[in-house]
Amino acid sequence: MKIIGTPRRRVDARAKVTGQTRFADDIMLPRMLHCKLLRSSVPHARLVRVDTARALAHRGVHLVLTGKDFPVPYGILPVSQDEHALAVDRVRFVGDPVAAVIARDEATAVEALDLIDVEYEPLRTFSNPDDSLAHDEPRIHDYGDGGNIHKAVSLGFGDVEQAFADADLVFEDTFFYQGNTHLPIEQHAAVAAKDPDGKLVLWSSTQTPHYVHRALAKTLDLPAAHIRVIATPNGGGFGGKSDPFNHELVVCKAAWLLDRPVKICLTREEVFYCHRGRHPVLMRFKTGVKRDGTITGVHLKTVLDGGAYGSYGVASTFYTGALQTVTYHIPTYHFQGCRVFTNKPPCGPKRGHGTPQSRFGQEIQLDKIAEKLQLDPAQYRLRIVEQPETLTANYLHVGTIGLSECIRRIVRTSDWTNKFRKLPRGRGVGLACSSYLSGAGLPIYYNDMPHSGVQLKLDRSGGVTAFCGATEIGQGSDDVLVACVAEVLGIDPHDIRPVTGDTDLTPVDLGSYSSRVTLMMGNAAIQAAERARDLLSEAVSRKLEISKDRLVFAERRVFDAEDPAKGVAFKDAVCLAEAMFGTLGTVGSYTPPRSAARYKGGGVGPSPTYSYSAAIVEVEVDPSTGWIQVPRVWIAHDIGRALNPTLVRGQVEGGVYMGLGEALMEEQEFRRLPPRLSRALVHKFPSMLEYKSPTTLDMPEVFTELVENPDPRGPFGAKEVGQGPLLPIMPAVANAVYDAIGVRIDEVPITPEKIVKALQAQAAGKTPRFGPTHFPDVPWPETLNVPPPWEGGDGKATPEAESLRSRPRDSAAVRGERGWGPARIKK
Amino acid sequence: MKQAHIALTVNGEAIEVAFDSYKTLLEVLREDLNLCGTKHGCELGECGACAVLLDGQPVLSCLVLGVECADRHVTTVEGLAADGRLHPLQETFADLGAAQCGYCTPAFLVTAKALLDEHPNPTRDQIREALSGVLCRCTGYQQIFEAVEAAIPTATSEAESLRSRPRESEAAGASGGGAPREIKE
Ligand code: FES
Ligand code: FES
Repeated sequence: MKIIGTPRRRVDARAKVTGQTRFADDIMLPRMLHCKLLRSSVPHARLVRVDTARALAHRGVHLVLTGKDFPVPYGILPVSQDEHALAVDRVRFVGDPVAAVIARDEATAVEALDLIDVEYEPLRTFSNPDDSLAHDEPRIHDYGDGGNIHKAVSLGFGDVEQAFADADLVFEDTFFYQGNTHLPIEQHAAVAAKDPDGKLVLWSSTQTPHYVHRALAKTLDLPAAHIRVIATPNGGGFGGKSDPFNHELVVCKAAWLLDRPVKICLTREEVFYCHRGRHPVLMRFKTGVKRDGTITGVHLKTVLDGGAYGSYGVASTFYTGALQTVTYHIPTYHFQGCRVFTNKPPCGPKRGHGTPQSRFGQEIQLDKIAEKLQLDPAQYRLRIVEQPETLTANYLHVGTIGLSECIRRIVRTSDWTNKFRKLPRGRGVGLACSSYLSGAGLPIYYNDMPHSGVQLKLDRSGGVTAFCGATEIGQGSDDVLVACVAEVLGIDPHDIRPVTGDTDLTPVDLGSYSSRVTLMMGNAAIQAAERARDLLSEAVSRKLEISKDRLVFAERRVFDAEDPAKGVAFKDAVCLAEAMFGTLGTVGSYTPPRSAARYKGGGVGPSPTYSYSAAIVEVEVDPSTGWIQVPRVWIAHDIGRALNPTLVRGQVEGGVYMGLGEALMEEQEFRRLPPRLSRALVHKFPSMLEYKSPTTLDMPEVFTELVENPDPRGPFGAKEVGQGPLLPIMPAVANAVYDAIGVRIDEVPITPEKIVKALQAQAAGKTPRFGPTHFPDVPWPETLNVPPPWEGGDGKATPEAESLRSRPRDSAAVRGERGWGPARIKK
Repeated sequence: MKQAHIALTVNGEAIEVAFDSYKTLLEVLREDLNLCGTKHGCELGECGACAVLLDGQPVLSCLVLGVECADRHVTTVEGLAADGRLHPLQETFADLGAAQCGYCTPAFLVTAKALLDEHPNPTRDQIREALSGVLCRCTGYQQIFEAVEAAIPTATSEAESLRSRPRESEAAGASGGGAPREIKE
């Protein structure tokens, strides 16, 4: 282990510090044209007429496209094919693309946008989930679980009502998690061209070139083999570049029709409209505990504000309920989740995908439980941490768990025992924990093929080229790829050229989402490298006349373990092997193990293994103004094994940073325009100035601890780090605020205004809290009952449940019976 | 479109350039001079990604018109390395993980250079202050602060130990350059 585990300069660092990394907008091609999109100015309307004649006649305009040019719908999930590159007959939010102009330069294209005449027939606007739940008509989409419900699910694992009856105490709390957005500094950009052979090429800042490839083949009706998608290095992704996007399809179509390169670079305002960010989630947690804190059962209900399209929303819905059981032992569990459509930019996956919201609620509730039971929150969690190598109530197989060690480390380094409930008023500490997937166990579309493939080319130069479809979004996937290969072959990472994210050149990797790349690509890379090492060993062992198992690959040499002087240079080893076997190349691939969850909905949550984090946040709150500052954060992350500790620490600190943004200031908020301007529902502040995010001045000192307990399922024992460390931050801040001033803020962002309101309630002798109380009435479907493993279950739903499930549901009738009315989701 | 034509010095090189007169310095650099190292995240003066040095001072190139730059000196990320060697800040940014996606990196580098040119030995707070106009979504800033500190010529002991390690340029292929900092275990 020479390379693995050593803090190293990443392989692509030089390109980045010299400004030579080629992002999508840095691509300039001869004869290139520029594209701009006309976006809807109304939130919900039937599209009556789109007249492009004047725009087309404008000097310098080459092409104008509308929804007619894109009859085929698409969407990231097979079950939600509800998007069109340009609106066909309906617009669903302010910012929904309606038409596209392709012109000689951006300025001309912008001028021509003004010359497109659009006639809208307004429809009722749905601005929040209560609206959408209260009115079935008009439907924003004509699919889903009835009315404006996109997806409603109910999963039962054991008898949770009995568990509450058996409990000594039952806690019920309502939380709200505001939506927020990724805000990558790089605006989405794409360039499309027809290559000299007449095939289509797209360069795009996408995290998922494979899925974009599929969407292009479908919507443009071209053979996939004639389309090449190249993911340029992303200038930040965080989940915001994981859907196929309108602008990608539009420039491809335009380049195809015009036979000239076409570029688009979105404005910052448009990036806010692309969104796919954190869903606003209202949730209610009901938890039963014994006197010693043991959890008897949990019932979680969530309502997600999905925005105008499906995106990853079905998965997001399940994710709000999937991972509770992975962190703490929960013997009975009932999860109900509902995602509704509203007339806002679509929500989707942001770092932590669907899990931070309910993590927030659960960790605050545990803090409340610990206080009631007079337990230290750290000691309490140590008592209830899930057991490693077990199957949870919802059939997720948990691998190694370093959470207890994480908790112990931060308790020590932060001096928790001398701070918790002991700091003067206005200062406080709070603790929270979390877990996250090391890669989704199932692909987005059903298939039995590998999730990641790596191909190696070795030749007589001694150089190695590693090909993989994985996408470099800043996280360091290229570095992981070369590090794994270099470690096995005993060469330097800089001897290896990574070629990644190119659907023509590289084997499929599903993309940079769900924290899957290190584990899946890493394992594929090791397999390919071991196969190469076998070939080289064969040749060298014959040459040196020693057995293969005595050979060591290190220091760019292959030598005898018992006599290190006896050996050959790596380059010569390759030559020997090339002479012996012919041209050298190997492949490796990775497919996750089959999940034990066999019920409908059990496809979301399984992962080869899970990472764990624990954090302690210190806050300073001014009790008169509510002003809140975070001077210090201690975080420990169970990484399994740190392949490159410099990068791992960067991911942890970046996660803490983004978590603090969500905890304290970031909000994807909406407002109505004043009546004289149409009252349209618009994004409150689609700008980086008004969408507040932490600057260098806001960032606390972060003390990072890496807990290394190698997991046999990970490459060299590694688990994920890209998403997990964000998760405990928001609840830890909320718990710290309570420690500081004795008020509960049960929603994010935790702003001075909310703190002041809670302090006023405290002073008036009312419940010292700010947060939601109401939870809307949702027409939940029949619960799918899945007996947990300890009740003899086999991962499948009980037959009665299956038959109920398959009965067609008359949503209107269900509603009629319940007669639920409008309610407010916020405050 | 009316074209402007100016003479200026970019990265130490005296040049002349003609461009559409409405263009910002950012656009002139990227589109007319092919200096794509300078990035943009908003083109409205909000993100700081487009920072360059104008006569040694950091400015947001999206807020400066090209025509304002006649006879002035512009330094971009492409102008930091000299004589085939990376600038010390580039070395420390590369070694210490200060560039993740790298999109904000050119702006942080030139802004930090301006700081170190003026205050050879800044405190952490001065570094925070000087860099506060540039947003980074990836790093959480901490490794950026450490990289700037490690590049301070007068040297903290950490920077000293860092600089004594082999550099990419000196020791080609030494396992990936510096191993800057132990992670506490
Ligand atoms: S591009 Fe954002 S400040 Fe200039
Ligand atoms: S490294 Fe990605 S924005 Fe700073």
